[in-house]
Amino acid sequence: MISRRGFLGATAAAVSYGALPAMAQQQPIRIGMLTIKSGALSAGGRQMEDGFRLFLRERAERIAGRPVEFIVADTGGQPALAKTRAQELVQRSGVQVVVGPVAAFEALAINDYLQEAEVPFLCCSAAAEDLTQRRQNPWFVRTSSTSAQPCHPLGDYVARELKYKKIVAIADDFAFGQEQTSGFQRTFEAAGGTLVKKLWAPLNVADYGSYISQIGEPDAVFAAFAGANGLRFLRQYSEYGLKGKIPLVGSMTTVDEGVLHSMGDEAIGIISAGWYSAALPGEANERFVAALRKQTGVDPGFYSEGAYSAGLALEHALKAVDGKIEDKQAFMNALRKVDIKDDPRGPWRLDSYGNPIENIYIRKTERRDGRLMNTVIKTYENVSQFWTYKPESFLAAPVYSRNEPTKL
Amino acid sequence: MKNPGLKTLGILLICAAAVPLVLPGPFYLSIATQVLVYGLFAVSVNLIAGYCGMVSLGHAAFLGIAGYAFALLTTSTGWPLWAAIPAAVGLSVAAGALFGLVALRTSGLSFLMITLALGQIVWGVAFRYVDLTNGENGISMPRFQGLLANGTGLFYLCLVVTGGCLALVTILAGSPLGASMQGVRDQPRRMSTLGYDVWRIRYAAYVLSAGIAGIAGVLYMLLFRFISPHTLSLTVSSEAVLMVIAGGLGTTFGPIVGAALVVLLKNVASAYTDRWPTLLGLIFLFIIVVVPEGLLPGARRLMRTLGAHLATRRGPTAIPATPVKEARP
Repeated sequence: MISRRGFLGATAAAVSYGALPAMAQQQPIRIGMLTIKSGALSAGGRQMEDGFRLFLRERAERIAGRPVEFIVADTGGQPALAKTRAQELVQRSGVQVVVGPVAAFEALAINDYLQEAEVPFLCCSAAAEDLTQRRQNPWFVRTSSTSAQPCHPLGDYVARELKYKKIVAIADDFAFGQEQTSGFQRTFEAAGGTLVKKLWAPLNVADYGSYISQIGEPDAVFAAFAGANGLRFLRQYSEYGLKGKIPLVGSMTTVDEGVLHSMGDEAIGIISAGWYSAALPGEANERFVAALRKQTGVDPGFYSEGAYSAGLALEHALKAVDGKIEDKQAFMNALRKVDIKDDPRGPWRLDSYGNPIENIYIRKTERRDGRLMNTVIKTYENVSQFWTYKPESFLAAPVYSRNEPTKL
Repeated sequence: MKNPGLKTLGILLICAAAVPLVLPGPFYLSIATQVLVYGLFAVSVNLIAGYCGMVSLGHAAFLGIAGYAFALLTTSTGWPLWAAIPAAVGLSVAAGALFGLVALRTSGLSFLMITLALGQIVWGVAFRYVDLTNGENGISMPRFQGLLANGTGLFYLCLVVTGGCLALVTILAGSPLGASMQGVRDQPRRMSTLGYDVWRIRYAAYVLSAGIAGIAGVLYMLLFRFISPHTLSLTVSSEAVLMVIAGGLGTTFGPIVGAALVVLLKNVASAYTDRWPTLLGLIFLFIIVVVPEGLLPGARRLMRTLGAHLATRRGPTAIPATPVKEARP
């Protein structure tokens, strides 16, 4: 929290900015984060905050020569509250950039507001396809990926290299799960496979037994879960004796490092695709993993790495404009042009829609040194949100959903 | 104006009209507008729960039906606002008329469960019927023009609408229909013996309550310009019931006080503590223990007790003091 006096001082300085540029440089950059601290999605929210705080600590709370003030607001996972929180950050705390939020429905609820208020919106988790596709906001960039971005290469890999022909999909019944499944289905079927069945499990389902019994006998099962659901599904999958009989492929968050530490042998052997793995080689990642493990005891995953990348993107853009975040348009132009080489996940840059073009790693869950790891077995370099399709034709089709591309 | 509630309402409205002048910024104004919108929604719950004694756990359905109808009519079909607003409210009245037929076959705990089930059905439709509602990703509305574009205009609009509905409910409560509603709440069997049609009285209140919730739904959309299945969830319904219980069941201004409490706690307290849901729980616990009839009637009772207590303390000295004030010119 900033004190009232501090806020007044900052406002006064901002007013006199034109006259005293040297002094304004020493005013803090105010960064607001929208996260979830209560309810079902709070684990992701906490990891996101941890990732960003780690970045700030490594930079000694200074970016591009200016001190940073970091203000965190809790949305409670409710869209209406998320919008009020965003207003609070902008109007009351006067933040110059908003980082977050965790869930897609929150990002969609605040996107219009931040566009009208012309506040740079650095999304580090919410993966809703349309945020960087059919509902463009010039003030929005994303550092994670779209839901289907890692699933496109996965579908291709599973059909061509693993030679599976018939697959049953099971996913969380909300936008994230649906978009992931649809992306997987599109490339898997384009490469000659068939998705024979899609099973949708409600987000808060207590028991996956009734879904597991509907799986039948496909070549493999594709699972797309978020949060702790992957943990519960995999445990039951193994209890029902399907592990070892029908192989599993999964989306990035199904075996995310954030929950992987709570899993046991049931996770071993799963093939998944993601834009990051804590097991990636390279000095940048090893340092990052060691630092976060020391701080939280958990390996970094989707949420913490997405937030850490948001910090890196912010730093690159701010350095490009000499820390002058007050010139919003110049800052935003610099942010959209970031090209980051030293990210723990590997190099990435933004496409013209504000979504990363990044490496997608095909990973296999293994146990090494007593820890579960997502070992990288193949890398697809520079994958965009449109995979190999032309953006125009991709965007002309309706957004991925439960029934797109095909009804099953 | 015979009704004392209306006089108080008039005074409060005039005070509330000054609110935008004293609030320090647009953020606080939007919080004040939220209080009015959620307050109106709580008023609709109070109408059925407070005056008829039938607690509904599915009222968010009416808020959501009007909200979705308003959003879809203006964005997809391009209706103008003046046509979409009555249509949206009309649709939620129609839904209330339909649900009432089902839910009012029961009362008490069964009514609670039936309304819960009906609310969840509407939530399920909003969640699953992706082609219409865009599923969990929700529907956004573009920015409004004119009066609605700025926060102050929207605040006054919400103030007038909420004040109007509150006046309507106050007049209703004093009318023969309102009296029979309260009669049905306290003594349904006796009312029935006296020749009143208990079912019809309850039905009228339920449909009217759905209509007010629909109006609150339109205001909700004007304020947030975004709707997703979360708006129809059980959380929203139960929060409204909590607002009514906290403020004072069956009182005129109780729902608004309750709404103010919940909205302020959710939005202001959460800026200072991560444990705001716990704080909310503790405050409700406090209300149940100290003022179980609700904040407003409870405060009135405490004041009265305190006044009586002071009067007996002061004893006879208090009485001669009064004539002095009546000195004439």
